[in-house]
Amino acid sequence: MEAQYNIPPVPDQKVADPTNFDGIVVEGISKSFGSKQVLEDANLLIHKGETLVIIGRSGEGKSVLLKHIVRLLEPDCGRIWVEGQEISQMEKRELMELRKKFGFLFQGAALFDSMNICKNVGLMLAEHMNWSEERLRERACECLSMVGLDGAADKLPSELSGGMKKRAGLARAIVMEPEYILYDEPTTGLDPITGDAINDLIIKLQKELGVTSIVVTHDMPSAFKIADRMAMLSRGKIVFSGTVDEVRQTDHPMVRQFIEGNSQGPLGAF
Amino acid sequence: MRTLIERLGGSVYRGFSSAGRGVSLLRSIFLATRYAWKMRTEILEQMHVVLVGSMPLVIVTSVFVGAVTAVQAVYQMQAYVPMKFLGTVISKSVFIELGPVLMALVVGSRLCAFYAAELGTMKVTEQLDAMSIMAIDPVSYLAMPRFWAAVLMIPVVTIFCDVIAIVGGYLASVVTLDISSGTFIEGLQMFYKHTDLLGGLIKSIFFGAIIALSGIYFGFNTQGGAEGVGRATMTAVVGSCLSVLVADYLLAIVLFQIVFEH
Repeated sequence: MEAQYNIPPVPDQKVADPTNFDGIVVEGISKSFGSKQVLEDANLLIHKGETLVIIGRSGEGKSVLLKHIVRLLEPDCGRIWVEGQEISQMEKRELMELRKKFGFLFQGAALFDSMNICKNVGLMLAEHMNWSEERLRERACECLSMVGLDGAADKLPSELSGGMKKRAGLARAIVMEPEYILYDEPTTGLDPITGDAINDLIIKLQKELGVTSIVVTHDMPSAFKIADRMAMLSRGKIVFSGTVDEVRQTDHPMVRQFIEGNSQGPLGAF
Repeated sequence: MRTLIERLGGSVYRGFSSAGRGVSLLRSIFLATRYAWKMRTEILEQMHVVLVGSMPLVIVTSVFVGAVTAVQAVYQMQAYVPMKFLGTVISKSVFIELGPVLMALVVGSRLCAFYAAELGTMKVTEQLDAMSIMAIDPVSYLAMPRFWAAVLMIPVVTIFCDVIAIVGGYLASVVTLDISSGTFIEGLQMFYKHTDLLGGLIKSIFFGAIIALSGIYFGFNTQGGAEGVGRATMTAVVGSCLSVLVADYLLAIVLFQIVFEH
């Protein structure tokens, strides 16, 4: 299939000295689940303070790549550096400290269904900060308000709609004011207005707090709105990386097919 | 033939691998026990789940265990053994074997299924991942309180079972089997040894650990969706029951043939 298209080589995404890179370096990550190879020598750079959007078809391993960055998954081979520290070499305690710098919005929100929304949002603070109950609740409500969930603090996750759960998950991700936020499909399942409000929030967090964001999405209007740079994952590799303007102007057949939503092209239809 | 050997080898490998990961989980739970005071509320909540939630099951099971033991004992003894030994037979059976083992199988299965299904659902819905990314260790936060709740409360449940089963045996003997109250109580006291009760309780501590570890281990290692949770729950309960029976035999040898004999 690919032979009939002029596919450019995989972009060079390596730095000479990852230990001096102020951001995240993904170097040669491969991962298989059984006989299925999901990632194959994937390389990616994430600069501090930028919003990088990772696009790609379903099942290409975008969420898997995201989970490797915080070592929720261990790669079969390859290495990842965060702020110059190689995370696979970290002791459990060091990894826990590093994770406090991260917020993660899961695709299905992953709210704890035995806790109300306030406790879900405030759990990380309760575990790591020596705050009073009142202060915890105040901060949790403040974050819920930022995502438009005023008045939902005492509800259980089962009482919320899918979109509200996702917004509660986002409130939980930002409660500790993290330096890095990883978003797995942040606007999927939301109505267009709420989705756009989430886009605005992602932009606001980057502009005002300097948060580094890595967003996995299929939602191209959202991707073009929030991204500083985009990377495309296909067949386990990062096949393209560039700014929003470069994405708009590229003639890379895979990127063109994806952003135009065309069933004909090197990516195939199914 | 080769396929058969490969499958057999694969099963043995997976068995050892699981056992190794189980031991590693147990070690992590013991290491996390230093946070027990911080997690005291969660431990107490889990103890409540084990004790109060299991009570109706404990009462019904124990009453009938005592009653059935009385009926069977009278049937076996009536032509050869004086009825004054009926209380002895019931108390020794219940204290040493029936109380700890039946509670481990009945209450333990309930608890093991609860742990495996709860933690398995958390695993497949990424709640465990969410906890990890929040720099909260699921072993300290979820596994350790459940483990110690089971280890501490299964012996308590066993004590309830022992008492209720004796009462059940007494009622069945006096009301339906025409044994006098004095005869039954004389038999209870006749060959009573503290080690009988103690041995049963020591066994139930180990059974509590096996039940909790099985439920937690299979819950944490659940894969797939609803079917995966169902499979993990079933495997946890089967693993727990088989392990309890094997451990019962080994503990019987250690406790009643070695430790209490000397």
